[in-house]
Amino acid sequence: MGILNVEHIVKSFDKTEVLKDICFSMEESEVLSIIGSSGSGKTTLLRCLNFLERPDKGIIKVNDNIVFDGNDKSYLKESVIRKNRMHFGMVFQSFNLFPQYTAIENVMLARRLQAEKLPDFKAKKKEILEEIRSEAEFLIAQMGLTERKDNYPHQLSGGQCQRVAIARALAMKPDILCFDEPTSALDPELTGEVLRVIKELAETRMTMIIVTHEMAFARDVADKVIFMDNGYVLESGTSDEVFNHPKEDRTKQFLGRFNNG
Amino acid sequence: MQTFSEQLPIVLHSLNIGFLQTLKLFFVTLIGALPLGLLISLGTGSKITPLRITLKIFIWIIRGTPLMIQLLIIYYFPGLVLKNAIWGGDEAGRFAASAVAFIINYACYFSEIFRGGISSIPIGQDEAGLVLGMSKSQIFFKVKLLQMIKRIVPPMSNEILTLVKDTSLARIIALQEVIWAGQAFMKGSQGISGAIWPLFFTAIYYLICNGLLTLLLGGLEKKLEYFR
Repeated sequence: MGILNVEHIVKSFDKTEVLKDICFSMEESEVLSIIGSSGSGKTTLLRCLNFLERPDKGIIKVNDNIVFDGNDKSYLKESVIRKNRMHFGMVFQSFNLFPQYTAIENVMLARRLQAEKLPDFKAKKKEILEEIRSEAEFLIAQMGLTERKDNYPHQLSGGQCQRVAIARALAMKPDILCFDEPTSALDPELTGEVLRVIKELAETRMTMIIVTHEMAFARDVADKVIFMDNGYVLESGTSDEVFNHPKEDRTKQFLGRFNNG
Repeated sequence: MQTFSEQLPIVLHSLNIGFLQTLKLFFVTLIGALPLGLLISLGTGSKITPLRITLKIFIWIIRGTPLMIQLLIIYYFPGLVLKNAIWGGDEAGRFAASAVAFIINYACYFSEIFRGGISSIPIGQDEAGLVLGMSKSQIFFKVKLLQMIKRIVPPMSNEILTLVKDTSLARIIALQEVIWAGQAFMKGSQGISGAIWPLFFTAIYYLICNGLLTLLLGGLEKKLEYFR
């Protein structure tokens, strides 16, 4: 049941509890939007899924397999984390492209390093690298960047950088692609082009979790919406339920600013 | 009395031999101090507190005292205090002691430059590597190293030019580098004495050497301008 189950996740930084008993689940091909004010724990939750932060408690399951259990130390082992992390792709607010590589090299790098570890890499080097390149070229084309594929990040606009970052995440073939405020560093014009490619991904049935402040976008693209407040999941439901018929006063207050603005 | 044109080839021959020793000390120091400096910088960033503190104190001592004292101590301490003259009394021994002192000293300076270079790379680079499934060493070598090199070339160039000139400090333990060779003609050597002009000539050797290095390092800086 469900591609992702998150059960009772708790996370503190020093003595501040940032996530308090977070539970949610999602189905394959769903798009989940996480909304809420700054400091509500949205980004930390996303970072827990990628193990950029280690949850203190709770269980995370992908396709019914446990990938993290707060009661079992073996899930904290570097090698286990490295393997389980690959269920999730991550697109950062600040892109975090590798500046010394071109757009297409950014997309290929991790795949190439992975391939070099294969036992038959030496024997089939040419075919393997050829395959990685053609997949990368496909992803770059999907992002509408074919003409920019040999440019370095500093030669690209913010929107183009973010699209390269999305292609780079997709190259690892994650089960679930996570976006951490993917357009917060972009001006409105560039925001549009990034939201467009995310929307196109949704149409290809890619499973995605999107932390965003773009309310109109969240409402349109998401199947499910979670509203977080002060470390709790205050309200969750379909996009229509949360945006058009919120039950909690805090949700109404938060969305009120957006609906009236 | 020889004429200048008779003296010149004799002096140049001596200075050439001296400058070869200067260059040897320069390159050996560079080859030893660059990797050692990288190790020390990784150690000062380590989570192991005793290691970190020991290295910090060590760097403080080395950077806080003159290289000349370090040279004297490293060369004379084993023989005079431990009664075990590990270096021997010949030129090879003096060179070995000089190389050890220079490598340790410069490794400490380099380590601080490396540390600055490493810490100036945004944490997002590590995180991007991690979520793509890279190992920590892959992230270091394939993602961060070149960015670090780009950032440290200017401060490193300064240190390297200083190193060329600092090699002359080895004169204090009578290493026969270029200044020692020039000075010999003041005291008297090969029929030339009381001559100060050979010493001026040694300066030209440094100038040419540092001029070439400036071009080389500037070229490297330019080569790394393809990314930001």
